[in-house]
Amino acid sequence: MLFASRSFCCLGIRTYQLRTDLLSRSIKLSASATMAFRHKNTRRIEGLDSNVWVEFTKVAADPSIVNLGQGLPDICPPRYVKEELAKAAAVDRLNQYTRGFGHPSLVKALSQVYERVCGRKIDPLTDILVTVGAYGSLFSTIQALIEEGDEVIIIEPFYDCYEPMVKMAGAKPVFIPLRYKNDGNSASSADWVLDPAELAKKFNSKTKAIILNTPHNPIGKVFTREELQVIADLCIKHDSLCISDEVYEWLVYKGNKHIKIATLPGMWERTITIGSAGKTYSVTGWKLGWSIGPQNLIKHLQVVHQNTLYTCPTPLQEALAQAFWIDYKRMDDPDCYFYSLSRELESKRDRMAQLLQEAGLKPVIPDGGYFMIVDVSTLNVDLSDVDEKQPYDYKFVKWMITSKKLSAIPLSAFCGPETKRQFEKYIRFCFIKKNSTLDAAEVILKNWNKQTA
Amino acid sequence: FLSLSLQAKMSRPVQAQRLEGIDKNIWVEFVKLAATYSTVNLGQGFPDFPPPDFLKETFMRALSGENHMLHQYTRAFGHPPLVKILAQFFGKLLGRDLDPMTNVMVTVGAYQALFCCFQAFVDEGNEVIIIEPFFDCYEPMVKMAGGTPVFVPLRPKPPKDGKLASSADWQLDPAELASKFSERTKAIVLNSPNNPLGKVFSRGELELIADLCVKHDILCISDEVYEWLVYDGKEHIRIASLQGMWDRTVIIGSAGKTFSATGWKVGWTVGPNRLLQHLRTVHQNSVYHCATVAQEAVAQGFQRELELYGKPESYFVQLPKELQQKRDWLVQSLDAVGMKPIVPEGTYFLVADISEFKSDVPDVPDSDEPYDSRFAKWMIKNKGLAAIPLSAFYCGAHKNNYNHFIRFCFAKEEATLKAANNILQKWKREKTSP
Repeated sequence: MLFASRSFCCLGIRTYQLRTDLLSRSIKLSASATMAFRHKNTRRIEGLDSNVWVEFTKVAADPSIVNLGQGLPDICPPRYVKEELAKAAAVDRLNQYTRGFGHPSLVKALSQVYERVCGRKIDPLTDILVTVGAYGSLFSTIQALIEEGDEVIIIEPFYDCYEPMVKMAGAKPVFIPLRYKNDGNSASSADWVLDPAELAKKFNSKTKAIILNTPHNPIGKVFTREELQVIADLCIKHDSLCISDEVYEWLVYKGNKHIKIATLPGMWERTITIGSAGKTYSVTGWKLGWSIGPQNLIKHLQVVHQNTLYTCPTPLQEALAQAFWIDYKRMDDPDCYFYSLSRELESKRDRMAQLLQEAGLKPVIPDGGYFMIVDVSTLNVDLSDVDEKQPYDYKFVKWMITSKKLSAIPLSAFCGPETKRQFEKYIRFCFIKKNSTLDAAEVILKNWNKQTA
Repeated sequence: FLSLSLQAKMSRPVQAQRLEGIDKNIWVEFVKLAATYSTVNLGQGFPDFPPPDFLKETFMRALSGENHMLHQYTRAFGHPPLVKILAQFFGKLLGRDLDPMTNVMVTVGAYQALFCCFQAFVDEGNEVIIIEPFFDCYEPMVKMAGGTPVFVPLRPKPPKDGKLASSADWQLDPAELASKFSERTKAIVLNSPNNPLGKVFSRGELELIADLCVKHDILCISDEVYEWLVYDGKEHIRIASLQGMWDRTVIIGSAGKTFSATGWKVGWTVGPNRLLQHLRTVHQNSVYHCATVAQEAVAQGFQRELELYGKPESYFVQLPKELQQKRDWLVQSLDAVGMKPIVPEGTYFLVADISEFKSDVPDVPDSDEPYDSRFAKWMIKNKGLAAIPLSAFYCGAHKNNYNHFIRFCFAKEEATLKAANNILQKWKREKTSP
């Protein structure tokens, strides 16, 4: 357009004026036509704007609602964890930037704890990345290693962010459901299994990675060594990566053992293992997580990190490091928080299960994690008059929030499009709640049938 | 025996293509060097003095209080007390009614705010105009989003006779700037006050940029993290307050710079819902929540500042006053030894011309590394004084255009600046003594 106006300079002034008027008007017209284009969002986030949490946390924010929905402890973090944060914030230099890939004392502490757990040497500087929550680790891993043309296997039901993160990276999510093997009356998370033949069919030359979550949210399944071996064999055979979300690693209940897939033969070099301070120390609001793996993979996560947020908050990392040292020193002691928390939660799990059973429901008893899913179809709540085109469990939870003042999360939020029908009769309860919260839930559940009159 | 497709897969790099060309980072190298060799670190941009007492007290109060839910998730797009006060504060500054829920979003530092902007608005094939010298992350972030950075330099005009150079002397050529806009241009990144030069864009300069944004209907990503650090009575003007700009601008701010607490990593974006909704989508699919307790403390910090706004006890009045004094000390130190400072109008950075010290570090004609980078490294190792080469803030093709400047950070205790002065004085003496 600049060229056009220059060439018109040779003409008379009046003509020049006319031409530039026309030019500027046409610029304005084309500008408004492209305005929608110019300010439009990128392709990578197209369709990723809705989010179950935004929907349900708003609804459950009402304090009169007994909130067993979002995975948020309302119990206190251990006293020493809070004290360490106060101590750290009092040190001037700890209020300024620290090392981008992870505060030195924290990566050192993490390497010690995990060396012990994994039985292998872990270099704090090259094998670990500290991120903003495990969420940040998932994002860094996927952005670093996944792209257009890749397929990523996701086991359903899944922590809901896996799908949009894979899509945002331009890749294709390939779903495979856990299926309930009907073994009679026992409803345990162990009854939900992958079909090995079905899983094998999902792998192909495009499979860049599989996302594993153990202990599993929402079902609470703790994958056995044999089950992990099936996955590992396929990863090795197809040279795929494994993104192992192990945020609930310490929350396993009696009779179960958390096994790290990275410790299976041939797996360390192809696995990123993700952990969370929020889940380990009941401080979800600290938003600190970590990725652990071989240098040749972690270095790419570090590149993403240095181009996304560069460094995580310093005082929180220092406090976390100190807390880890305290518990590292007592890893042979049953009082170690890693074990005492799971004992505390086991009794809450058992209480939650009992309350649900007494209300006539059949909860799936989790072997790990702090969630419990339950089939609500047996209550026969008729919601066919509710207009919205949402799955049954969404409607049920909304109805339960309004009429029973109890919240949960619909399980179809954790499923791909094909499986929503399968899981829409389940809802998820969170039981990392203080006794008074569980007491309030008990009252609601005991009175459930009375109120339907 | 491996199948062909498996062989093909194994021979491809494991990392995604979006990482191509963005793995190098100047800070990793220079931070390590400074940590190893320097006795006086005026390199990386962070204060060596503490955050203000009122902020530390706020943090402690929050921790010792009854509310242990401060250790749990808060609202993903920003802790309610913080977004409310930010909406109030910036609403007042912009003369607008801001909705805390839709016009403000909290991020993990201004760094993550920048990331969200590029991911939300820059697609493959989009161009983004970046003014040189620039805070180095803009370029790799644009590339990671698949965009093409288009650079336009600030060019130094010679200072008036006898006067020291000023960051105001570095200016855009209007015709040159206009020529950078094309139908592929999606956005321009503005950083005022500017890191590393310290330039505070004048109203006229902002209007020039604004006119082009409106004419080409592009977005403006306005990095204003140093908004409070302006000197000599200068005014920081927010481009979003100019005609036609609110609708197309995302303003980025930083608690780290505002409250001298860079380690808290709390930043924010302010803008129209139309744009912020897309930042929220990126945010909810990348980090989702920011740490709660730091947000609570920053909210209370802002509450105090709102009450004291414009008064002498306001931190936003005291901090620039203190920093101006430090700026002047450093200017004096550098001028006295022959390093020619470009007096910054804002930020806590100062760029100096080291041409007179070139004899210490001989030129290496075919070197890949820009001269100032070699000089800065030599200076850290041999003089114990850490600074950052200006070439770090230029794109690859332009790294040798202004290669005899280094950047100092003066957000340092008096003792640190005195120590820097001693090093410089000693250095000068060594040069002049026979």
